[in-house]
Amino acid sequence: MIVGERKTFEQIWDSIKDLKSVLVLGCGTCVAVCQAGGEKEVGLLAAELRMKSQLAGVTIKIGEATIERQCDREFFDAIKDKAKEYEAILSMACGAGVQYCAEVLEPMRSIPALDTRFIGVTEAQGNWAERCRACGNCVLADYGGICPMTICAKSLVNGPCGGSKNGKCEASQEKDCAWVLIYNRLKKQNRLVDLNKVLTVKDYSKQTHPGRYINEVYLKPRMEEKSAQ
Amino acid sequence: MENTFEPKVVAFCCHYCAYSAADLAGSMRLEYSPNVRIVRLMCTGKVDTLHLLKAFEDGADAVFVAGCEEGSCHFQEGNLFARQKVIEAKKLLKEVGIEPERLEMYHIAASNSVLFAKAADEMTERAHKLGPNPLKTQGKSI
Ligand code: SF4
Ligand code: SF4
Repeated sequence: MIVGERKTFEQIWDSIKDLKSVLVLGCGTCVAVCQAGGEKEVGLLAAELRMKSQLAGVTIKIGEATIERQCDREFFDAIKDKAKEYEAILSMACGAGVQYCAEVLEPMRSIPALDTRFIGVTEAQGNWAERCRACGNCVLADYGGICPMTICAKSLVNGPCGGSKNGKCEASQEKDCAWVLIYNRLKKQNRLVDLNKVLTVKDYSKQTHPGRYINEVYLKPRMEEKSAQ
Repeated sequence: MENTFEPKVVAFCCHYCAYSAADLAGSMRLEYSPNVRIVRLMCTGKVDTLHLLKAFEDGADAVFVAGCEEGSCHFQEGNLFARQKVIEAKKLLKEVGIEPERLEMYHIAASNSVLFAKAADEMTERAHKLGPNPLKTQGKSI
């Protein structure tokens, strides 16, 4: 999932305090799971904003809504009419969702309430960790299912570097050396010999932005044009 | 005006410990602040930051959560989760400009009616000192 972290209340308040009305819009998928921008977090932020505006002596109409996802156009249908009653959307989705919100509801302003952190997993309740940098050219099969691009501080696909010590990374003692993890995992899989393989050069060209992926099968079908005779 | 202020104090109490303690306080005819309104829950683990904020939004002058003593929660660690929620809610209240002291967490054994009465009095006293919930006095005409 995409992991997000709520901005400080001060930052959020600063970004909306001059508005007359704002709809706090949650996203029911990734950021709901990482408890940063789902329905409950919408409730919390809206309650905070209502109290703050009252104490600050300003009148801001604060609305609440949550849609399934903010990265799919059709889910906005549910709030399109409601959104018209507000001056801006305070989106609690990831950066993609905030942008889509601005695009689908144009010219409505869409303001981010979260900082989008990474693609990651839930390691424990309340504890999320990055696992993938969306490099576009996944090499996990060769590295025991541990991503060298993400877990290695230097994204080395040919590690470890000289700074690996006692299983820790020289960038921070808190971080495991990705290459020690990879070695140990391959050992458990009886695949250490695979480390001798010469791998093909990683294709970094896929990392150019903005990325796009098209699957012809799902494109909207069109009538074949009759070839001119 | 100040003299007539009677604070509204909301207490979220777990069924097994704090609520039993409150019940016992009644049976023992212990006197405690009549300003306290009790919301009984199966476990304080059910308390969410949102409930605490809403209580203030709806005009509570002070709120406290009372769960079992550490290590004796009937649902293992609901009381510990509640304590984290109280800490979080205090932070949010401070952010918006409401005194975080209006909110507190207590751990009260079922047999400790005296502590329940003390908590009730303490929170009522705090509300008296701090005055009405600022949401009730600010942003209103007059
Ligand atoms: S908008 Fe972002 S957070 Fe919401 S579902 Fe899409 S990717 Fe996940
Ligand atoms: S190699 Fe790493 S960054 Fe690239 S797609 Fe795979 S997991 Fe993601």
